[in-house]
This record gives sequence, structure tokens and C-alpha cells, in this order.
Amino acid sequence: MVEKKTRVLIAKPGLDGHDRGAKIIARALRDAGMEVIYTGLRQTPEQIASAALQEDVDVIGLSILSGAHLVIVNRLMELLRENKLADDVLVLVGGIIPGEDIPVLKQAGVAEVFQPGTPTQAITDFIRTRAK
Amino acid sequence: MTKEAKTLTEERRELERKPGSAERTWEQTTLKRALEGSPERLGEFTTVSGVPVRRLYTPAGLPDFEPARELGFPGQPPYTRGIHATMYRGRLWTMRQFSGFATPEETNCRYHYLLSQGQTGLSVAFDLPTLMGYDSDHALAEGEVGKCGVAVSSLRDMEALFDRIPLAQVTTSMTINSPAAVIWAMYLAVAEKQGAKLEQLSGTIQNDILKEYIAQKEYIFPPAPSMRLVVDTFEFGVKHTPRWNTISISGYHIREAGSTALQELAFTLRDAIEYIDWGIARGLDVDEFVPRLSFFFNAHNDFFEEIAKYRAARRIWYRVMSERFHARTERARILRFHTQTAGCSLTAQQPYVNVIRTTIQALAAVLGGTQSLHTNSLDEAWALPTEAAATLALRTQQVIAHESGVTHTVDPLGGSYFVEWFTNEMERGCNDYFEKIDALGGMIPAIERGYPQREIAEAAYRYQQAVDRKTKIIVGVNEYAAAEEPPIEILQIDESVARRQKECLAELRRTRDNRRVTQCLRDLEAAARGDKNTMPYILDAVRAYATLGEICDTFRSVFGTYEEVSIT
Repeated sequence: MVEKKTRVLIAKPGLDGHDRGAKIIARALRDAGMEVIYTGLRQTPEQIASAALQEDVDVIGLSILSGAHLVIVNRLMELLRENKLADDVLVLVGGIIPGEDIPVLKQAGVAEVFQPGTPTQAITDFIRTRAK
Repeated sequence: MTKEAKTLTEERRELERKPGSAERTWEQTTLKRALEGSPERLGEFTTVSGVPVRRLYTPAGLPDFEPARELGFPGQPPYTRGIHATMYRGRLWTMRQFSGFATPEETNCRYHYLLSQGQTGLSVAFDLPTLMGYDSDHALAEGEVGKCGVAVSSLRDMEALFDRIPLAQVTTSMTINSPAAVIWAMYLAVAEKQGAKLEQLSGTIQNDILKEYIAQKEYIFPPAPSMRLVVDTFEFGVKHTPRWNTISISGYHIREAGSTALQELAFTLRDAIEYIDWGIARGLDVDEFVPRLSFFFNAHNDFFEEIAKYRAARRIWYRVMSERFHARTERARILRFHTQTAGCSLTAQQPYVNVIRTTIQALAAVLGGTQSLHTNSLDEAWALPTEAAATLALRTQQVIAHESGVTHTVDPLGGSYFVEWFTNEMERGCNDYFEKIDALGGMIPAIERGYPQREIAEAAYRYQQAVDRKTKIIVGVNEYAAAEEPPIEILQIDESVARRQKECLAELRRTRDNRRVTQCLRDLEAAARGDKNTMPYILDAVRAYATLGEICDTFRSVFGTYEEVSIT
């Protein structure tokens, strides 16, 4: 039986246009055999939730460098709950996230936060281990 | 670069070298013995950008080098050694720290502080809503107000930002792109209110929309109307603000997006060529508007690669302006640049090590002959800088300026076999890129086909692979990591900034002359639809306290908005 590929949505929420990291992760995950959909820039939480639903993804990877992560993540998690996706989708965050905000994000439902300097393989391995 | 292309370039380099008999003897005796005794640490030594570096550079690497033609003297063509005859003996570079956060009032305090600590020029960092032409109370500004820079939605905010700072006496650089004309108009209006004359004002607006499409991605409108706005500022500047740099053509962001040093150089200079073509199409005289085009480069870790890049930039630019554009005056042929040390090289791990990186990078910029310099703070992989971190960053420049001795002579590395070889390589590679982009029809067609974006994405991915494989070491990250690190103090910006800004905006909208605002926006829309220069209309709107968002929305309704096709 052919194993279903893990489907990952890489999203750039908020106004921030710095996409170097998001694009590298998208490519690395693709190289690792996953199906990756990159949303492009300046997505609202509504657009991300909608894309996650439409694309039937297993993982949402948010890239946020702007300091707006608490506001964005709270809104997105709310939308995922409304759309009954919160239990099925693994939500990951990467970017510039102060250490003290990590527990707050995890409390909100984020599975893991990857700070600057994380080796690409660590992210790939985490998804392989944790995604359904 | 593909493996084949890389090998070809190396082969070409080898064929061109003409080692003398003494060098050959050294290779066959002393070197051979040394390598047999102990092999070198790595199979290949490459720069941060992946350029292979030989173990030794000699005159063999400069076979047709003519010092008079390639090197010259500082302050005269081809300007390789510097654009001024005395360089830092005459005047130090401007110490211009990029700064901005939270409310205009808080940023104004930081500006006064930095000036009191010896900074010699101002540089404004705006928040994301401002950069994207949204007011602080816009729905899309939620969570973003004041976080990445200072929030400026109207002339009122600009007045507060420059409170008690005499604009006729300072120079200010503003990092603003899509809405640059609007923010510039606000600055000019503040200066007017202070009683300054526009002709006195000196400063820079970044206003480089091409690199937004390529790298920083803070575009609003499509390319053609965006270029129109840029040329409007060139035209206005020539007439009214002769001391103002109406653009800072930037490689910094291209590098931050992951390009190589050569791509940074080539794409920046080719962007400049594009701007000049558009200015000429408007009917502007190259000798009139090009003197006010300035440049902005990155200073990354690889010391000599960066120095070669800056030296090559000056020589290439002189040749472009003479041969391609036939500029008649020297002022239109010299390349003036600001440098910022590489943000992307800073680590979240062991942040104090960033001070060392920044120092090396700043030194490269100085040895490369920069006119102006920003040094990053140690905490910038985490947050906007604290006052203490910003102070240490400024002190870095001051130590280089006053204690290191490197300012005592012009272009101290001139004549180095390595540096001159590398400068030549940069020029050659740059011309190769010019050819490719010219063949695509110019930079805008190249951007529309995703060419520079793809080059950058490839380079960024290769670099990350090198880091993941540890063929590129980052101290504290993939080597010499600490098991546990105490958190450092970082600057906190909370939602109270957004609340304050929203209150101010509400009050502004209530108390201004709204009929006047409506009329100004109507006139602006008409001007935008036609082909008049929009600057006078933007100025009128700004003086009436139309907000940034209102003016940009007017432009959005006329020009439309741009969405890129993502290249991963």
C-alpha cells in the first residue's frame, strides 16, 4: 500500500515579507518527500485556516518574524477550532519568538516553536514523528 | 552555480594565471613539503558566498593589471580606491544608526539619546503597517503596530518623531519604500513648519521599489506605477531639494534574502541602471538627477569578499556612468554608499558573540570606503535593540574610527594581490549578470520572470545546506553551542502602542478639516490618474493631515495592488 505523503502548509501570516526561512523549509520538506503548499505572503489567519481546510493538510507551519505572533496564533487557533481542525492539524511556528512566549504559544495549541538556528533536519524529523 | 559552471570558472582562472618561475619553484618545493607534512584543514576554502579562495595570491593572479587604469587615485576615476582624495582623514563616515520602535514619542527619545552619544546622522525604522501604507488603526495592522519600527500614520506623528530636532541641521535617512513619497512629504512638511527651506534639507529616502519585488517584498502597487512614483520623487528632488538623496538603491535586503555577495552587487547596480533608464525616459538629465542617487550595501562576515565588493562597485559604477550613460560630470559618476552590517549573520544563540561579528563586518565596510554606516546591536536576532545594546553598537564604530588607525590612510588594502584579484572577479561577475539581465530585456522583465528571485532562493538554500552539513560553521549554532543559555533582556513592545496610536488617529480625524482632506485626496487621485508629478499633491494632502493610509488607498484605487508569483 502506498503511504500517503504528509501534507504541509507553509504560511506567512501578517504583514511581514521576510520569506527566506519559509521558502527554505518548504523546499527542504519537499526534498524530504512531503507535499508542501506555500501560501505566499501576507495571509490573514482566515486565509490560512481556509487553505488548511481546502488542502486537507496535516501540518501548518507559520513563519513569523514581526513580533505579531501572539495575536496571529491566537486568532488562527480560534479559527482552527471553529473549523474542527485543531485536533487533526499539527501547528508549528518558526521565526523570531522570544523564549518567554513559547509556553504561551504551546498553551494556545502550538505543537512546537523553532527558533533561529534550528537545523532543518530537526524540523523534518519532528514532523515525521508527530504528524498523523 | 552548477558544478560544471563552477569548474569552468576555476579552469578559466587557472588558465589566466601566469605564475613566474619563483612561484612554481615554491609550489614544487616548500609548499609540497608542507602539504606532505600536514594537509590543509579543509578540502576547499570558500567565502561565505561560496567563492573558492586560493592559498596564496601573487602577481600571477593579476596578469593584465594596469594600476593606472584599474586602481587610479582616490577622488578620481575609476574611484576604486575611494571617492574622495582624503577619505576619512578629511571626514569620517556618518555614524547613522537605524532606529525606531513603538510610538513617535518614544523613538524621538531614542534619537535624542543616540545623538547625545555621538551618532552623526539619523535613520528611521518604521513599523510594518507604515511600510505597507496602512494606518495604525487598519484591520491588517492588528498585532503589528510599533513592533518592527515606529508607527507613523500622519504628519502629526512625524512632528512628534522629530520634536526638538532641527531638520535644517541634521541629515536623516528614512527606510521606506512603497509609501516613500508620502513619508518624504511628511518630513518636508515638518521641516517647513520648523521654518527650514527645502533647499537646505539633506537626507535620504530609500525609495527602492525594485528590490522590494526581488527581496524585501514590501511592495503595494505593480511595477509601472511604482516606478512612476519613484521618478516623481527624482524630478521633484532635482527642482526643490538639491541636497536630498531621493533613492538609496539597495543590496542589503537582497543579501539578507540569501544572495551571494556578487548577486548583491550585480542586482543592485542593475536596479540602478533601470532607475536611470526610467529617469531618462521622463526627460531628466543624467547629470542632474544621478548625483542624488545613493546606494546601500550589506557588510557580511567574509571580510575580504566584502571589501572587494565595495571597491568593485565604485569602479563598475564609474564605467557604467561613463560608457553606458555618457555622464559629463564627476558627481554623476561617483558611487556613494551607506552600509549596514549583516542582520542575517546574527545569532539568537550566545548573542554577545554578535558584537564580534558586527565589529569585523563594520571594519570591512570602513576598509571598503563606505560614506555612512549602521552597526547592528547584539540582541537583534531576538528583538529591536535595547538602549544598552544600541549604545554598544555605536561604540563599535567609534573604536574603529578613533582607536584602530585604519582611517589614517586611504584604501590601505589597495595593491594587495588578493584584494585586487577579488575586486577584478567581482567586476567580471557583475558584467556577466548585466549581460544576462540585459538579454532578458532589463530588470523589470527579469523580475517578472522571477530571475533574480530564483538566483537568491538557490543561493539561500545552498547556504542553509552548508550550515546543516557543517561545511559552513556558525559559532554557537552548529559548533561551540552552549547546552543552556540565560535569557538576555530584550525590548518589549506591547499592544498599548496600538491603543495609543488608534486614540491619536481618532482625535486627528475628528479635529482636522475633513473637507480639505477630501478635496486634497480628490486632486491627488486626478493627478495619479494623469501624468502630473504627484509630489505637490501628496504634500498638500499631508499638510491637511490626510493619513498615510488614506493617501495610499487613493493610490491603490488608481494603481491597483501587486501580488507576486511565489518562487520557493
